[in-house]
Amino acid sequence: MTKRKYVSLPYLIWMIAFIVLPLVFVGYYAFTAKDGAFTLTNIFAILDPLHRKAMILSILLALICTVVCFLVAYPLALVLRYINFTNKGLVIVILILPMWMNSILRILALQMILNKNGILNMILSRFSIGPFEMLNTRGAIIFGMVYDFLPYMILPIYNAVMDIDADLLDAASDLGASKPTRLFKIILPLSKPGIISGITMVFIPALTSFVIPDVLGGGKIQLIGNVIEQEFVTSMNWHLGAGLSFALLIFVIIGLLFTQRQETKEKESNVW
Amino acid sequence: MKKRLFALLMTGTLIAGSLCGCENKNDVPTITVFNYGMYIDPDILDQFTEETGIRVLYEEAQTPEELYAKYSSGAIRYDAVCSSEYIIMKLMEEGSLQPIDYSKFEHIDNISDEVWSFCATFDEDNQYALPYFWGTVGIVYNKDMVLEPPVSWDVLFNGEYAGNFIMQNSMRDAFMIACKYLGYSCNTTDPDELAAARDLLIAQKPDVMSYLVDEVRDEMIAESAALGVIYSGDGSLAKESNDSLEYIVPSDGSNLWVDCWGITSECINTDAVCQFLDYVVCREDIAMQNFEYVYYPSSNQAVIDALPDEIKNDPTFMPDIDSLDNCEVYQLLDEDTMALMDEMWKQIKAN
Amino acid sequence: MVKLKRFICRFYVAIIMIFLYAPILVLVVSSFNNSISRVVWDGFTLKWYSEMFRSTLIKDSLNNTIILAFVSALVSTILGLLASIGIDAMHKREYSFVMAITNIPMLNADIVTGIAMMLFIIRFMPLGFNSILLAHITFNIPYVILNIMPRFNQMDVSIFEAARDLGAGPVYSFFKVILPELIPGIIAGFFMALTMSMDDFVITYFTKGAGVNTLSTMIYAQLRKGIQPTMYALSTVIFFVTLILLIIVNVLSARGSRTEVKR
Repeated sequence: MTKRKYVSLPYLIWMIAFIVLPLVFVGYYAFTAKDGAFTLTNIFAILDPLHRKAMILSILLALICTVVCFLVAYPLALVLRYINFTNKGLVIVILILPMWMNSILRILALQMILNKNGILNMILSRFSIGPFEMLNTRGAIIFGMVYDFLPYMILPIYNAVMDIDADLLDAASDLGASKPTRLFKIILPLSKPGIISGITMVFIPALTSFVIPDVLGGGKIQLIGNVIEQEFVTSMNWHLGAGLSFALLIFVIIGLLFTQRQETKEKESNVW
Repeated sequence: MKKRLFALLMTGTLIAGSLCGCENKNDVPTITVFNYGMYIDPDILDQFTEETGIRVLYEEAQTPEELYAKYSSGAIRYDAVCSSEYIIMKLMEEGSLQPIDYSKFEHIDNISDEVWSFCATFDEDNQYALPYFWGTVGIVYNKDMVLEPPVSWDVLFNGEYAGNFIMQNSMRDAFMIACKYLGYSCNTTDPDELAAARDLLIAQKPDVMSYLVDEVRDEMIAESAALGVIYSGDGSLAKESNDSLEYIVPSDGSNLWVDCWGITSECINTDAVCQFLDYVVCREDIAMQNFEYVYYPSSNQAVIDALPDEIKNDPTFMPDIDSLDNCEVYQLLDEDTMALMDEMWKQIKAN
Repeated sequence: MVKLKRFICRFYVAIIMIFLYAPILVLVVSSFNNSISRVVWDGFTLKWYSEMFRSTLIKDSLNNTIILAFVSALVSTILGLLASIGIDAMHKREYSFVMAITNIPMLNADIVTGIAMMLFIIRFMPLGFNSILLAHITFNIPYVILNIMPRFNQMDVSIFEAARDLGAGPVYSFFKVILPELIPGIIAGFFMALTMSMDDFVITYFTKGAGVNTLSTMIYAQLRKGIQPTMYALSTVIFFVTLILLIIVNVLSARGSRTEVKR
């Protein structure tokens, strides 16, 4: 039986070659200067006012995006359970379908909606409101992120909420538990694994996105993802880019350790 | 049922896999060219492959800095590069370009003498740079949305059109605008002058609607903004699509540029590259077709001669080079100045 | 009261559906707009569709995207299946270690993964189609493993042991006993890998070679220079094709699970 673990050998080789080694390369660039000497300046460059500003803004926007996604997704999951929408397959299809459309195109569509003479302003002007300057603002970026990442929050939470045994809730109400008690003492704790995977799947891409701020921010707002992209794509400072990536990686790991500790015994939670 | 579904999936995968096998076109001569976005009619690439059997791998960059960074990263080996004159100068200085053997060109005589002599200011014997298109940087404005036609860069800095104009998202162009407005040379290496330009750009930032490059044209056509900084050819194209638009070169001076093709020193199949450049730049009918797509003054005299008078004589489309005496050509700046400018550009963007 | 509550609930679901689908509707409508401008409606046309089918760039990008998605999903499903079988047999400490590394591509920022792959690959081979494929396989595997591993936990090990006791060889009993139990996880993993590969932009952007485009990178390049309405036509086609495919898969698997229950 123990021989069975050798079946994973092809994967382990792949893992070392394409997951571990590339990260070693990032580390190499991150810890060296252009002349190859060891340095920590690239890592600590994240504290430079220029980069710190982008980093703090990224964290702020990603947090807001995650909270909004959660506040939208959790009631939705409860509602879907409440109205007995049990065709799980259909729900998943509805949520996955937008993901199969190219995300850049969908963001472009958002741009068309939010534009100064775009669709939303056109509708609002019918009621003689506006026009509003919605594009190229932080709000537009958050809107885009919520739109793009919402399905990643809904799916795991929906799965977790649907898996809660109805008998358990019935038993609780028989024993006199009020609705809020049932929500906070039973439903919320039992759906925790789903919430955690939802949060990680929204927060990390939101933290590091550069396409959304690019398209909806009009080049005026720089998040850490844009800074890193520009170091590689226009400034050609790979060492600094790698250093900032590495610093970002540390942030992500800290975030993960935090959620991991919260996670109970489940080996892993199902994503869909 | 699941088994059948699974079988279906696997067949799909196998078909896709076998398609992948057919993709192997290694035996066909292939050249890799690097250019700005929207700077060649894509149909021409197909026509070229059809006529000559040479496959063209085409890569695009948006700004000169992006193009240079991608080129020098070495991640992709390019055979021919088209870029702004100052990037070409840099490549020449680094020894990254090889002399072009014009004896392999059939239609080289079509290239205008005037543009050749213009290029000779940085490429003395016209050895390395084959001119492609040239033009200016200016302002495109919407007649219905401005109070009066702009004459100077002033409109971008005095707050009159706050939130209603588009800046260029390209480092040298942005600095050029600020420098010209302040009365400096756009090739200044004086850190104080650059710092003044930076401060001006930072102060301007809250008023800017967005920083764009090639999208300026579409945004202006869609009437999203009153003013936009644009390259002359895009300005002419915008005018064609929307009658309310007009293009000017500000009176305080601007940038006169010429984009050139160079053959990299890594290029092995120079015959194929020469054939390609001859086809795209020098052959009259193809250059004409390309002109209609790109719409900048072409280096090809035969194309210019064939244009109707109203275009040829339109000074916003094709200014007389001599009349642009307060327009400067970008010079290759020393490395320290470039690094300083890069840092300042980051400060502007991060602010 | 209950009726009102149900109405509010349905209303909430409807609002979110509108939020998710309004941009797609905008794309679909724009694909029939005669005007190239994004704001003015200028009559119905199908010309963008015919133009789309003529464009070699779109054809090549679509080809690349589909091939990448299927090949990377297939390879990562096979590797991920083998990995899951092996990892399941590992001791706790090995298990946690391997799983921690496995999760990296999924949890790491796309931009870091993409850059890491690029820095690594250019040392050994030029960027091209194959470099994208390697990258896609790599970031797909964790999703496959994530879908297959829980199946092992749900599985009754005694069935396998019973099969072995009755004289079945390890390979035979694997195919007859374990694999059928894993199939739903494998299919889910395969689909998830397909979705991730199709939707990826960032990693492809950093690992792609000259002249190789997927839909994402092509659209990004187009976006920078003013998008052509052919893109709207393309997205409309993709939307309806995937809609039909997903409905078929959904119906089939629903029917499948119903027969399973009957048995």
